[in-house]
Amino acid sequence: MKKEILLEVKNLKKYFPLSKRTVLKAVDGVSFHIHKGETFGVVGESGCGKSTAGRTIIGLYEQTDGEVKFSGQNVHTLTKMEKFKLHQKMQMIFQDPYASLNPRSTVQEIISEPMEVHGLYANKLERLERVYQLLEDVGLNREHANRYPHEFSGGQRQRIGIARALALDPDFIIADEPISALDVSVQAQVVNLLKRLQKEKGLTYLFIAHDLSMVKQISDRIGVMYLGHLVEQTISKQLYKNPLHPYTKALLSAIPIPDPDIEDTRERIILEGDIPSPIEPPSGCVFRTRCPEAMEVCSQIKPNWQEIEQDHYVACHLYKKDDSDKNAPKVNFLAKS
Amino acid sequence: MGKILEVKGLHVSFTTFGGEVQAVRGVSFDLYKGETLAIVGESGCGKSVTAKSIMGLIPNPPGKITDGKILFKGSNLAALKDKDLRKIRGADISMIFQDPMTALNPTLTIGTQLVEGIIQHQKISRSEAQKKALEMMRLVGIPSTESRLKQYPHQFSGGMRQRIVIALALVCEPEVMIADEPTTALDVTIQAQILDLFRDIQKKTGVSIILITHDLGVVAQVADRIAVMYAGKVVETGTRRDIFYKPQHPYTKGLLNSVPRLDLENAELIPIAGSPPDLFAPPPGCPFVARCQYAMEVCDKVYPLKTKYGKEHHVNCWLQDERAKQMLASQR
Repeated sequence: MKKEILLEVKNLKKYFPLSKRTVLKAVDGVSFHIHKGETFGVVGESGCGKSTAGRTIIGLYEQTDGEVKFSGQNVHTLTKMEKFKLHQKMQMIFQDPYASLNPRSTVQEIISEPMEVHGLYANKLERLERVYQLLEDVGLNREHANRYPHEFSGGQRQRIGIARALALDPDFIIADEPISALDVSVQAQVVNLLKRLQKEKGLTYLFIAHDLSMVKQISDRIGVMYLGHLVEQTISKQLYKNPLHPYTKALLSAIPIPDPDIEDTRERIILEGDIPSPIEPPSGCVFRTRCPEAMEVCSQIKPNWQEIEQDHYVACHLYKKDDSDKNAPKVNFLAKS
Repeated sequence: MGKILEVKGLHVSFTTFGGEVQAVRGVSFDLYKGETLAIVGESGCGKSVTAKSIMGLIPNPPGKITDGKILFKGSNLAALKDKDLRKIRGADISMIFQDPMTALNPTLTIGTQLVEGIIQHQKISRSEAQKKALEMMRLVGIPSTESRLKQYPHQFSGGMRQRIVIALALVCEPEVMIADEPTTALDVTIQAQILDLFRDIQKKTGVSIILITHDLGVVAQVADRIAVMYAGKVVETGTRRDIFYKPQHPYTKGLLNSVPRLDLENAELIPIAGSPPDLFAPPPGCPFVARCQYAMEVCDKVYPLKTKYGKEHHVNCWLQDERAKQMLASQR
């Protein structure tokens, strides 16, 4: 059975001009698609362009180049009216639950505003009913409706943010680091809530985060970003079992696992240096300056985005799909079960 | 292994408009020579306040050490005057802060900041101090050190800045180093570099480290012993193995269950329901009672006594204590 594609991103670019001559290439040619009902995770370190990608997809930023198609419609060529309609189907959850809720509005005002703007429900009473229902959906209760954001803890505020995103009954939600401002025990609460809502409402998520272990927990497929580029993309089990790109390998080995025995025996790849500036990215492969396996070709040619095995894409010169190239090292796959 | 630092029954409160916040409510632990002790807990559990009390960095007012002792080399740091404390602070005990962006003075060069610390505590000439500063920069792995001493903090990346902060903390060869969330503001690949550096430094200098963090992965990697804090109290202490493989307190168990594991497949996250209690009016019994699925009648009324579970393993939980029944009876 072929899965229906809900969102398709093709060669998306977002440059920010800094002065006449310099541009910051925040997102530089990113392509992926998201199937209906699945969760696509994007991971990367700070400054890799993951948040910019999310914001460009939803239209908070105008794209520089490329295409974003949401159920067949090109998001960036729509008229104002069409865009307005589109936003009923596409919503966002933000990182900081302290900054993303208006401190002067009550929870009820915050959640019902999107419905008011879009003219849903006939009157205030019906909207209020819907607010109550949403609050219960996200694990709060109706007594909370008349309170202000400062009366809630971080985790509860994030639940309010989620209720607001759900107010228009969207199909697709972009969650931009929705849990990184929260404590560990509360993070698990919010992730489980997002999972439950997905099951109940058939939602599709784009989940952006820097914490790979949390992303793996919630995502079906994961894309790894580095300096504005996707370097690897595959189903989440595969990413941990068989990472191909040297950056993914280093990222996985850098994440500490809460188990002393594993930590004591693990081999670590410690990357040297820092992420280069996106204003003057390195030539060829953007990772070559920190790559432990960099070759000569890496500084000259940008690696192609290629499908090495089914549903496993990587952009790296170490891997060649074409077997006639004798210089390329053999790709070692774990047996697929 | 001898004890180098002992904290005994530490209480710290802050006076606010809303009343008195009891941030730390009777914390005790020992630090042995050459070990890394991790203090783990969620935001607001009092781990940073504990660290700052050791350094005498609690602003008074509003904060105050209301009770308890901090014993270091025969003197009680909690009772020392600021003048005497200043001799110890930075020289014998030093601290690394969370955010390397704000821990450095943006208007002074790195060299000046390093030399300032040395001259403050040791009677040596400026040129000797400079030499020592260079040595420290090399120890923490900053390349082309000489030219970098003349640079300002903004010319360094986040990871490099944290290295400089570590150099600053080590420059007087302290015996105890307190690191308050030293890698929280950094990316994982940079975090791996810094944790590697910590291990390296400890091997070379034998410094005892108190590591304060909320990240259990980091703890599993570097700690020798662990103290778990909740609502201003230490609820469980033990070796790394004790805490990760034989956790006894329901809070420790809950914490371990709510962390996602990269190496496990489809492991369900089990969050701890609810949130920590209000420290304006902390509950008389166990502070975890409202979130604990094993809570008993006694838990509500009396704070659990410290129970020895293993050689280094102690837990404050009535579930592990036979005295629970008597306690309840005496309360009636």
